[in-house]
Amino acid sequence: MMAPLLEVSGLSKRFGGLQAVKDLSLAVAEGEIVGLIGPNGAGKTTAFGLISGFLAPDSGAVRFRGRSTLGLSPHELCALGMARTFQIMRPFPRLSVVRNVMIGALGRHADPRDAEARARAVLDELGLAAKSGQPAGSLTLAERKRLELARALATEPVLLLLDEVMSGLNEVETERLVEEVRAINGRGVAILLIEHVMRAVMSLAGRIVVLNYGERIAEGRPQAVANDPKVVEAYLGDESVGAAPA
Amino acid sequence: MDPTLVLQGVLSGLLFGGVYSLMAVGLTLIFGVMRVVNFAHGDMMVWGMYLALLLSTRAGLDPYLAFVACAAALFALGLAVQRGLVDRIVDAPHEMQILLMLGVALVLENLALVAFGPEPARVRSALSTATVWLGPVFVDVARLVTFAVAVVLTLALYLFLFRTDVGRTVRAAADNTYGALVIGTDVRRVYAVAFGVGAACVGAAGALVSPILPFQPATGLSLSVASFNIVIIGGMGSLLGAFIGGLLVSVAESLGAVFLKPSLKELFSFSLLIVILLFRPAGLFGKRL
Amino acid sequence: MGPWLWLAALAVLLALPAVLSGYVVTIFILIFFYGFLGQAWNIVGGYTGQLSVGHAAFVGIGGYTAAMLSIEAGLTPWIGMFIGGALAAVLGAIIAYLGFRFGLRGFYFVLLTVAFAEVCRILASNIDAIGGALGLYITFTGNPRQFQFQDQRAYYYVALALMMAATGVVAVIERRRFGIYLTAIREDEAACEALGVNTFKYKMLAMLVSSFLTGIGGTFYAYYLFSLQPSTVFGIPLSVEIIIRPIVGGAGTLLGPILGSFILTPLGELSRSYFGQGGMYGVHLIAYGVLLIAVVLFLPHGAYPYLTRLFGGRPRA
Repeated sequence: MMAPLLEVSGLSKRFGGLQAVKDLSLAVAEGEIVGLIGPNGAGKTTAFGLISGFLAPDSGAVRFRGRSTLGLSPHELCALGMARTFQIMRPFPRLSVVRNVMIGALGRHADPRDAEARARAVLDELGLAAKSGQPAGSLTLAERKRLELARALATEPVLLLLDEVMSGLNEVETERLVEEVRAINGRGVAILLIEHVMRAVMSLAGRIVVLNYGERIAEGRPQAVANDPKVVEAYLGDESVGAAPA
Repeated sequence: MDPTLVLQGVLSGLLFGGVYSLMAVGLTLIFGVMRVVNFAHGDMMVWGMYLALLLSTRAGLDPYLAFVACAAALFALGLAVQRGLVDRIVDAPHEMQILLMLGVALVLENLALVAFGPEPARVRSALSTATVWLGPVFVDVARLVTFAVAVVLTLALYLFLFRTDVGRTVRAAADNTYGALVIGTDVRRVYAVAFGVGAACVGAAGALVSPILPFQPATGLSLSVASFNIVIIGGMGSLLGAFIGGLLVSVAESLGAVFLKPSLKELFSFSLLIVILLFRPAGLFGKRL
Repeated sequence: MGPWLWLAALAVLLALPAVLSGYVVTIFILIFFYGFLGQAWNIVGGYTGQLSVGHAAFVGIGGYTAAMLSIEAGLTPWIGMFIGGALAAVLGAIIAYLGFRFGLRGFYFVLLTVAFAEVCRILASNIDAIGGALGLYITFTGNPRQFQFQDQRAYYYVALALMMAATGVVAVIERRRFGIYLTAIREDEAACEALGVNTFKYKMLAMLVSSFLTGIGGTFYAYYLFSLQPSTVFGIPLSVEIIIRPIVGGAGTLLGPILGSFILTPLGELSRSYFGQGGMYGVHLIAYGVLLIAVVLFLPHGAYPYLTRLFGGRPRA
């Protein structure tokens, strides 16, 4: 069998007295969608930080496209084809929407005209074309979520790390974004997805990894994970999840 | 190397350090509560010195008494700067705060230049000429009194912050602005108190140091640099760190002056600043008030 | 504004010395020179958002280098100015490397740049070989090969050329990937990293270009004023002169530094000569301080973006 696209093994990270991630292992194959779920504070965003090069792990290894990412910075990982979004969105507020997306596209298209064309294509696809001239700071929450996705997509990744892109959206908006993520995946982009909106994860992910207190407590197909007593127990203590696993 | 000279350097540095501690406690209080760096800190202190000079020459008031009035005046200045300017940009990007405080520093330094001229000044005190011999080294009585009063004032500030309701509110706001808002604290009032008290510290420190340190408008910069050195060493926002850091930096500068020729003394402070910035520890005493 | 308007403006500036009095020409020379320095600072301070308050150090290094090479080795300042620029860029690289590698931001970066400039000032004051605290004086020969001119108007054209050149450099940078990255770095570095931008590299490059250009300005300073003193050429007041024009005019915009210089230079010069006669030297710095405060409170993006909005122009994408 071919090595997976992303292979995380034994990853640990401690902040002072808090063990944020403990001995985490997971893998994402090419073209796959994997969900990473868990109650608030389970260490999901820290795990993203470790995988995407923003945080250095205390121990453990990450391999991406067959090579170790140890010591690589986020921009190098991006050049290798890994892109992430931020849970707390970080648009460049004073730059226009199309400029925001161009920043992602310029990595593979050094000529600004090519990068702009690429950025406009992505904006078209995500239904943001009408907003391209506005400063990013003026967008609505749903639009900013989609901009965050558009920028990451413009880097032409083979693996996309999405950190709660659905949270705070209404039902219609969520539905639409789920379809868009599915379409992106349909073009062969593998996706690792942190999500609180259970329905979205359940319908998108082929496989789900559940974290609690920094540790992996379950892994498997969505239905199996949802019925796992350990998972149910972990979520019972967390009132922040509106919808329990379906 | 003459050991007496070194001992003398350490002692006079230590005594001068009381003023540094008081000055740095003021800076760290403002930063701890508001996350705003008071670039005008040294210039405010210079105004404390000139006020002491005015009170001495016009009213014949000894600086060791006038420091109370200087602290009150600087409290009002700090309050005005906070209410009139800083208050409007507490949530603005950091560059905006930096530029604003640079503007305040420019205004204060050059107002002093216009009002008092560039020549060095010094305030006379009844204690200025008295000295005491302690074994092989001598001590200015003025330095001793300056040190004692500065330390007492710093301790009084600690009591204020830890033992009074207003002080506790200030510390709570420093810990968690959002939390303070939730429990109904008037954050603007807390900010005003913090900035006022922080400025009052340098008002008093300036008056206390005026009999033992010749000063001119440009002195503000070196005092600001010393303040930054101290609070970064001690940990931005740490009161204990500012106190100990003040003594440490003062002794280091004093020893530097023993070994270096006078024109290079400043070089020592700025080099120290670069080294501290690069190897900026989390602070010797943590970060919080 | 269309290209024809620009050409017309340039033609007016080229023709002006023919009709202006000597004093007004002097003011224009300073407008161009400070516009040039402001534009050079704009690359790293405006577009990239890295507040350097130590740019005077680059002026000093550039000026001292060209003057010393001319005095000691007879090298013409026309070549010396580029060597001075290169040495300034070396210092810029050191400051930027340390600042960015050690992750100094905001207030800490400001302090680092101030500290380096002050260290330069104190060192220059203490090295007798370069004139010590008194500095260097340049004897007037009026020889153009020595960067000296009998006619004020020659300085006018040199200063104008410097300002145009720096503006040209910035205009080119603005259109390329480099410049687009810089504006994004100013907004959010972590987001840039996530999108594949090597933020360290581009911040370094911005500082290199900025310090090189500023260093070139040092030669003009030395040969226009015929003297270099550590306290003025390395001092904080000169750094303030450098940053205040782009900030008032609009940091991170192509025309901000020039607009700022047209506003502030005459103000500064008039108050300096008016109050300086009475022995009050700090008045223009008080005015600068008040302006800084006013801009932060009322015009945080500077005058140029405000004016373009006022006249119905759209801010650039």
